[in-house]
Amino acid sequence: MSEPILTLSGVHADIDQYHILHGVDLQVPRGELTVLLGRNGAGKSTTMRTIMGLTRLRRGEVRFNGESIGGLPTPEIARRGIAFVPENMGIFALLSVRENMELAANSGPIDESRLEWIFRLFPPLKRFWNRSAGNLSGGQKQMLAIARAIIEPRELLLVDEPTKGLAPAIISDLVGAFEELKAQQATILLVEQNFNFSRRLGKSVAVMDDGRIVYTGQMADLAEDDDLQKELLGLSLGAHA
Amino acid sequence: MLNTILSGDYPRSRILSVLLVAIFICLALGPFLFSGTRAFTTLGMICIFIVVVASYDVMLGYTHIVSFAHTMFFGIGAYAVAMAIGAMGSSFSAIGLGVLAAVLAATALALLLGMLSLRVKAIFFALVTLAVAFAFMSLVNQLYTITGGEDGLRVRVPRELGPAFRLIESDLYGFSITTFLSGLFTQPWNLGEVIRESVYNVRVNGRVVMYYVCFFFSLGMFLLMLRMMNSPFGRVLQAIRENEFRAEALGYRTVYYRTATVVLAAVVTALAGVLFALFNRYVNPENTLDFELMVFILLMCVIGGMGTMYGAVVGATLFLLAENYLQDLLRVIGGLVDGVPLVSGLVGPERWLLWFGVLFVLSVYFFPKGMVGQLRVWADARRRRRETG
Repeated sequence: MSEPILTLSGVHADIDQYHILHGVDLQVPRGELTVLLGRNGAGKSTTMRTIMGLTRLRRGEVRFNGESIGGLPTPEIARRGIAFVPENMGIFALLSVRENMELAANSGPIDESRLEWIFRLFPPLKRFWNRSAGNLSGGQKQMLAIARAIIEPRELLLVDEPTKGLAPAIISDLVGAFEELKAQQATILLVEQNFNFSRRLGKSVAVMDDGRIVYTGQMADLAEDDDLQKELLGLSLGAHA
Repeated sequence: MLNTILSGDYPRSRILSVLLVAIFICLALGPFLFSGTRAFTTLGMICIFIVVVASYDVMLGYTHIVSFAHTMFFGIGAYAVAMAIGAMGSSFSAIGLGVLAAVLAATALALLLGMLSLRVKAIFFALVTLAVAFAFMSLVNQLYTITGGEDGLRVRVPRELGPAFRLIESDLYGFSITTFLSGLFTQPWNLGEVIRESVYNVRVNGRVVMYYVCFFFSLGMFLLMLRMMNSPFGRVLQAIRENEFRAEALGYRTVYYRTATVVLAAVVTALAGVLFALFNRYVNPENTLDFELMVFILLMCVIGGMGTMYGAVVGATLFLLAENYLQDLLRVIGGLVDGVPLVSGLVGPERWLLWFGVLFVLSVYFFPKGMVGQLRVWADARRRRRETG
């Protein structure tokens, strides 16, 4: 396993009066796509939000590139090179696609060659460039959310359930986009419930349950072990084939 | 050229474009198109309140910051220049000092309020601004020796901005649109006489100079704010309005932007307050700090259309026209229905506030996104219908 870019040690976090994360230990290797699996309510999204500083870290440590980022304000964490695609996509519906992208390119004007690359990954964004983002379909909004995260080179992408509620054809487009990102050695932490999608993309995997990491290993190993899948996730990947 | 002036933010509706051009022409040529003191004062107030409402729109419409302290900043500007002139006499250096004091005081108070928005959100921030505004008004009322209390302060403007000064010795000609239209309506067969009656002399005195100071200030400030709202800064404000956490996750320190917005709106409003004092030549708590005025600014913003900038132009114009001329209109209608039971009692000029309220309810009902927002929605729908054949 390559050197971790992100390390979570004994992370505890609350949402209002509820204690959600009970000591999460997780390492995200540099240049790989790591999948975070788990049942609904296991704490996957809260882990992402805690890394971004959107949910307050109660105890434990979050280290990014060897430096502690736990407790830093969200904008500071983002400026250190972490991009976040939240579960609800978080696009600015009243702004145009162009304005959404310009907002994400916060270090200066958009790099034209990178934009062309993004248009190749997600052609609808070019077509609807000056249209209001609120008028895009669900899949196109997801494309915009991911495009916004990669409009400038980031050291780490946190992507929360990108396939949620999307049609199979759109999911297939997203697989292509993530495969291209992987080929470019991007470091991605992906929360996903779609096992087929995860299996095709993930190199390493971590499984969460009840606010803790209960398994870490290689995706290939988990994909081949039906009993382990049932034990960790309550069902097997084969059921989703 | 037009693209640069409007920062690429066009009206996007034919009706709105016509309306805006008409308002621009009426304001630009105001003293030469409308005769009489009331029309002159109304035009000046429209210029000033376009700026006040536009700066409020930057906060409310673009950033969703609800503040009830906007009139406080307006009052700071008006009182700063009135007090400076009171202390130093009517001179441009006194006005300069008043402007400086207004900008500094507005910036300091707005910074405090802006930083408060870091701690409290939405309705609590609105309530805090309301409390601060009321506290400021009581202070102005109680510091009688400095502010004149409820009696207010007369503002003696420099001679160059007063009626005694003549910029051009000979009078110029104006053409009264209102006289022409009413003549056209009452005696259409006598067009030559109607045109002759519509021509009037315009004395280009210091009051007219002051009007054009207000007009160009309003135009400049409006275009500046339009530019800012269409810049990366404006886009961040709109992102904050839609989803503050998401804007933070993109790396924007939203509290800085919110604070900058409050300061920007406060300084612009304070400058408008300075011009109000110089144009109106009298300030008191009622015409600068009153809560009713705050509600009127809010109504102008809502009627015009929030988050559009052009809404400030349309909202301020329609509102001030209704406020100043609704009674006259009701008097005319009252004359037509005189003797009709119940109806004649309802349309009397003394019922103007009732009809003002009815007009507001109707405007909200038929223009739920404000005049500008709704006109754009209709224009978009027409465009889509044309595209789909």
